[in-house]
Amino acid sequence: MNAAPLNPGQLAPHQAASSHTISVLVDNEPGILARVVGLFSGRGYNIESLTVAQTDPRENLSRITIVTTGTPMIIEQIKAQLDRLVPVHRVRDLTVEGPHIERELALVKVKGTGDKRVEALRLADVFRAKVIDAKTDSFVFEVTGNSDKVQTFIGLMEELGLVDVGRTGIVALSRGGEAL
Amino acid sequence: MIAEEPATTGADLLVKALIDEEVEVVFGYPGGAVLPIYDSLFKQNRLRHILVRHEQAAVHAAEGYARSTGKVGVVLVTSGPGATNAVTGLTDALMDSIPVVCLTGQVPTHLIGNDAFQEADTTGITRPCTKHNYLVKAVGDLARIVHEAFYVARSGRPGPVVIDLPKDVLMNKHEYVAPSKPVQHKSYRPQLKPAPEKVEQAIELIAAAKRPVFYTGGGVVNSGPRAAKLLTQFVHMTGYPITNTLMGLGAFPASDKQFLGMLGMHGTYEANLAMYNCDVMINIGARFDDRITGKLAEFSPRSKKIHVDIDPSSINKNVHVDLPLVGDAAHVLEDFVRLWKSHQPRVDHKALKAWWDEIDKWRARNCLAYKADNETIKPQFALERLYKQIKDRDCYITTEVGQHQMWAAQFLKFEEPNRWMTSGGLGTMGYGFPAAMGVQIAHPDSLVIDVAGEASIMMNIQELSTVAQYRLPVKIFILNNQYMGMVRQWQELLHGGRYSESYMESLPDFVKLAEAFGAVGLRCHEPAKLDDTIKQMIEIRQPVIVDVLVDKAENCFPMIPAGAAHYDMLLGPDDRAQKPVSEEGMVLV
Repeated sequence: MNAAPLNPGQLAPHQAASSHTISVLVDNEPGILARVVGLFSGRGYNIESLTVAQTDPRENLSRITIVTTGTPMIIEQIKAQLDRLVPVHRVRDLTVEGPHIERELALVKVKGTGDKRVEALRLADVFRAKVIDAKTDSFVFEVTGNSDKVQTFIGLMEELGLVDVGRTGIVALSRGGEAL
Repeated sequence: MIAEEPATTGADLLVKALIDEEVEVVFGYPGGAVLPIYDSLFKQNRLRHILVRHEQAAVHAAEGYARSTGKVGVVLVTSGPGATNAVTGLTDALMDSIPVVCLTGQVPTHLIGNDAFQEADTTGITRPCTKHNYLVKAVGDLARIVHEAFYVARSGRPGPVVIDLPKDVLMNKHEYVAPSKPVQHKSYRPQLKPAPEKVEQAIELIAAAKRPVFYTGGGVVNSGPRAAKLLTQFVHMTGYPITNTLMGLGAFPASDKQFLGMLGMHGTYEANLAMYNCDVMINIGARFDDRITGKLAEFSPRSKKIHVDIDPSSINKNVHVDLPLVGDAAHVLEDFVRLWKSHQPRVDHKALKAWWDEIDKWRARNCLAYKADNETIKPQFALERLYKQIKDRDCYITTEVGQHQMWAAQFLKFEEPNRWMTSGGLGTMGYGFPAAMGVQIAHPDSLVIDVAGEASIMMNIQELSTVAQYRLPVKIFILNNQYMGMVRQWQELLHGGRYSESYMESLPDFVKLAEAFGAVGLRCHEPAKLDDTIKQMIEIRQPVIVDVLVDKAENCFPMIPAGAAHYDMLLGPDDRAQKPVSEEGMVLV
């Protein structure tokens, strides 16, 4: 209610869609991921990235991090709909609730010899990517960072013999000492 | 645990848990996977089981039971087809926020996922059509889950909950766990009261209104009879006009002069124009459904909107509101009444009088008028005559879906909540008859009437066998126009009168059909004899089908065509030539 009213009585079609990172704390129980994913597909929301793993074994909680796109009204709906699921403990829109950090990990397989191989290794060093597998004609790099950095690295590797990519999707936390 | 209770089977635990949840009636249909439960039911006499003839009807019966009593309706069906047949009913209960717990059988845990006989992924199928669902994997979890399911079904915004019960879980043994009170769920905690400053703001906004309207819905009914009393009290204190949604009828007495009738697509002229022209809208327990708003861009463009809803996801979903209050209708109304008394706000009586004068002009259009006929029975006439004979009785009404449903909403008046059961959100043809059975089970001595169309009634007609078995004196009042009336009406208005597949060919003889099931069949096609027929129907203490042959071409007015705004109503058959429906509107349903 603090925000100024939009066009009262109307949807706000002129409002631009933007990307939001939403963090959801849920009971780690069978079907919870299906509930969340089914909610997004059933109501026609986007999922750009989704990560999930158990994060609190004592309380048996998992954290789901979802990157989605929508107008402010849609994002509000997504949060309210997620919060309505019975096994959901907390929902936070990290994009609007103060500063946060995002990280993604990618495994990048590059095949090549000679100059290209040397250049790949040199760029990997610039991006602080680790070599985690090596053959005489290939590398597998592990690169972490925000999605832009990961995407840039993958883009560079395309010219140098990119064969395969695996990405985790984004995990995110708020900055500072507060828990979700 | 103080004293170790002897271990019992899962099925016995289940029955015990149901009794502890104060369940009296279960609507169900047996099958292989639930045989242990039926065996437990056989050995006791606290729970009454009503055997339906199709699982969909079991859910609708439970809905009727729940809606007319405020209790949770309980359903018991077997695995596979038993569960899939229940899906329509569960979706219906979800859309209309009806508390139902549905117990489904499941193949034994070691067979799950093996495409076993009568196996279906019940939790997968029902996930999007329930408020929550459970698969019980160990008998030790069973009692706790049953108690939790009842809590989830009845609290917050009510809804259907499925408990999937593998057969081995029903046969394994464990100690019983009694329900804990008060229930403290670790993640599910519905908010019942909004922040006090929001309530203050709402009162200020309401008091300053010059052209106010209350717009209230099913949430008030779900909140309980106390909410309806408080609503009536508050509306009287303010002197403001009020309109109800289809689901909210009865929460405010229809005979009251402040009542504008139902709003929406087939709502009254005065209700819809009051919504369009108001400056403050007070929405309590309604959800700005597309049948209410019409064209969103032109929905009540100049009003400040207050929205009281227990479900935060209902707020700002379709319409942006200025002041949301998340909370239970009764709690919020209690605060409204209290603050209005203590603040004694100064209402602008002059502006309010001008507003009422304007409303009275709209009322004078008499939008529900129809052309009476001496030869054929008009459906509106039939309902007027029905209302005349039931209004002073202890009566419950259910409906199917279509024209007859809208006419019933327009012409039958409800003075209190829980008397009107209809499928609003999902619009399920075949809802009314089984719902009426559920109502009759809960209120054995009351008059229960299903206002039906001849097309809808065919969708769950097999339940005649159930009413015969339990001697349920349900009345089926069919407005028979030999068409799927609402489909025909849309085809007439939108598709050039090409009545594609909307004609009900080869209808049964409903009188003989009733007799075949041991019920009584009556027929009437003369307006002059209708009163006698209705009288007869009411007096017979047996299930009765009344086949009222009505005008085949009558359309339901007023009507806001799909995609049109509130001021763009069609008031009668002569009105529609000037107002062709837009292409945009044709896409909408």
